Amino acid sequence: MSSAATPPPPVRRIQVDADPTVVAPSTPGTTNGGHSNVGLAAPRRRPHRATDGLERMRAEELTVYYADKPAVKGVTLPVRSGEVLSLIGPSGCGKTTLLRTLNRLTELTATASFEGRITLDGEDVLAQEVTSLRRRVSMVFQQPNPFPMSVFDNVAYALREQASRRPGRDQLRPQVEEALRRAGLWDEVADDLSHPALRLSGGQQQRLCIARALAVRPEVLLLDEPCSALDPRSTATIEELILKLRDELAVVIVTHNLQQAYRIADFVGFMYLGELVEYGPADQVFGDPRAKRTKDYISGGFG
Amino acid sequence: MEAATARVPAARPLESGWRRSDRLFVGLCWATGILLCLIAGSLVLYMLFRGLQYVSVDLLTTHPVSDLDQSKTGGFLDPLIGTVILAVMGTLIALPLGVGAAVWLTEYGRPAWLARSVESGIEMVAGTPSIVLAIFGLLLFSQQFLSFLSFTASGNAVFGRSFFAAGAMMSLIALPLIFGATRAALQAIPSHVREASYALGKTKAATIRRVLLPMSREGMATGTALGMGRIAGDTAIVVILLGATLRLQGVGDEPVLSTLRGTGSTLTSYVYNNSPAGEGNAPDKAYAAAFVLLMVVIALNFGIDLFTSRRARRA
Repeated sequence: MSSAATPPPPVRRIQVDADPTVVAPSTPGTTNGGHSNVGLAAPRRRPHRATDGLERMRAEELTVYYADKPAVKGVTLPVRSGEVLSLIGPSGCGKTTLLRTLNRLTELTATASFEGRITLDGEDVLAQEVTSLRRRVSMVFQQPNPFPMSVFDNVAYALREQASRRPGRDQLRPQVEEALRRAGLWDEVADDLSHPALRLSGGQQQRLCIARALAVRPEVLLLDEPCSALDPRSTATIEELILKLRDELAVVIVTHNLQQAYRIADFVGFMYLGELVEYGPADQVFGDPRAKRTKDYISGGFG
Repeated sequence: MEAATARVPAARPLESGWRRSDRLFVGLCWATGILLCLIAGSLVLYMLFRGLQYVSVDLLTTHPVSDLDQSKTGGFLDPLIGTVILAVMGTLIALPLGVGAAVWLTEYGRPAWLARSVESGIEMVAGTPSIVLAIFGLLLFSQQFLSFLSFTASGNAVFGRSFFAAGAMMSLIALPLIFGATRAALQAIPSHVREASYALGKTKAATIRRVLLPMSREGMATGTALGMGRIAGDTAIVVILLGATLRLQGVGDEPVLSTLRGTGSTLTSYVYNNSPAGEGNAPDKAYAAAFVLLMVVIALNFGIDLFTSRRARRA
């Protein structure tokens, strides 16, 4: 991997205090075992696309505190449309906190506060109305959590009340159908949109949650371990879905599952103890990590 | 009545491989379940036996009459209506208050000192004997500025006893139950469900109205059923704040309002009055009324169950 071909990744926090742990740049030919050192047998679904998509969001020197304790420390990170950014790292490393700060969900935690700057299309998120920000930066959670309503109402929920006058069922139907189609659920629920959402299977419920999040036409989609409660088959469906969605919007996915990150990510950020240790194209992070801690983590050394 | 017993898987007999302590525990579970069923069953059966002996449709449709001869004391239409009015009134007042307080406490709960005060205040109301509430209500509703809610005697003395007064105090009996059940239901909703709604750009108000309240409907219904049962079963407030007059005695001319401003009785005060302990001395009527009261409470619970399960099925 030649460093001249790709522009240098924006940040390597590790340089400051962890200099000696950086792995020596590998020479061509000895690629640290290449992908094999990751122990990942599954093939990448699609090769990493080195397209420099439009930068939608950016966290700058972001530090998030819970009370006095920092959970995320000075992270700078771009979120670009047209690519999947995967945040990996051991439990408690701050990746979910980082994700939740992007659409200001951490504000719901009374003790949380953050320093630094988060921008959406160049505009500070704090300057935006939180409800409109969250419609532009939508989120899907770890547990499938459809509301106890019909499939239709779940998707329409996000659309309703947004307008000053409540739109009727017929008006909403095209939007609901489109969201369900984008989430790949339409064919399974089209016959009975009044079916209670909680009676769907777990995988269907999660896709319904994605449809719900897509219905507001977000620019950025945040996914917090969306497959960790699902079986392998549903996981595969959702991964395919994510790969399809990345053409239309920016996707940030937090995952514990390295294989998953390896399969779907275009860019990977490895976090450890609140720091962004390494950020770069997925092939580089998995194939030729620069930081020793990254290498240890992806080869199963810790975490 | 369903047994609340532990179900042994697949209805197999206790397996011989089980430890003795496990078998003992399962046996105890069965025993408690069956015991509870027996108690509830014998109560209902006894009331059924006694009640059916004396109850008749006539009793439900004729007004009560004061008479020394038990056969001439008429029915208990008025007390029956009184019970229904009080249960409905008390619930109508307590439901919005209890649900509102529960929502505020779980979803906002700030400042913390106010939340703590609300919580302990409601706990205190829950612990207050109803006769204390009744005396307090009498004091309150005898005030001049509340005279429009009850009968005003010549000389401007406010009587302070009416369905309004009793209903208001009855709501305090149901309030803690509705509050507690609603709060428990709200707390049982995982936080990521709330966050899912916020993450769609929803406000707190919309989240509460569209997601949290529908999800806690079952808890609210349980609390309401319990509260209605407690209202229907309370006697002290009826005797002191409703006047416990045998018949509904309206105040004024407006059709419904006059009844609500007037006095009356409920099945509980009727039972008390006609039991050997009271003045009416018509124990047959007391048994019949007690049976009807039990049926009313069971019907209320059943109705609310039906209502919520139907709403839930649509969701």
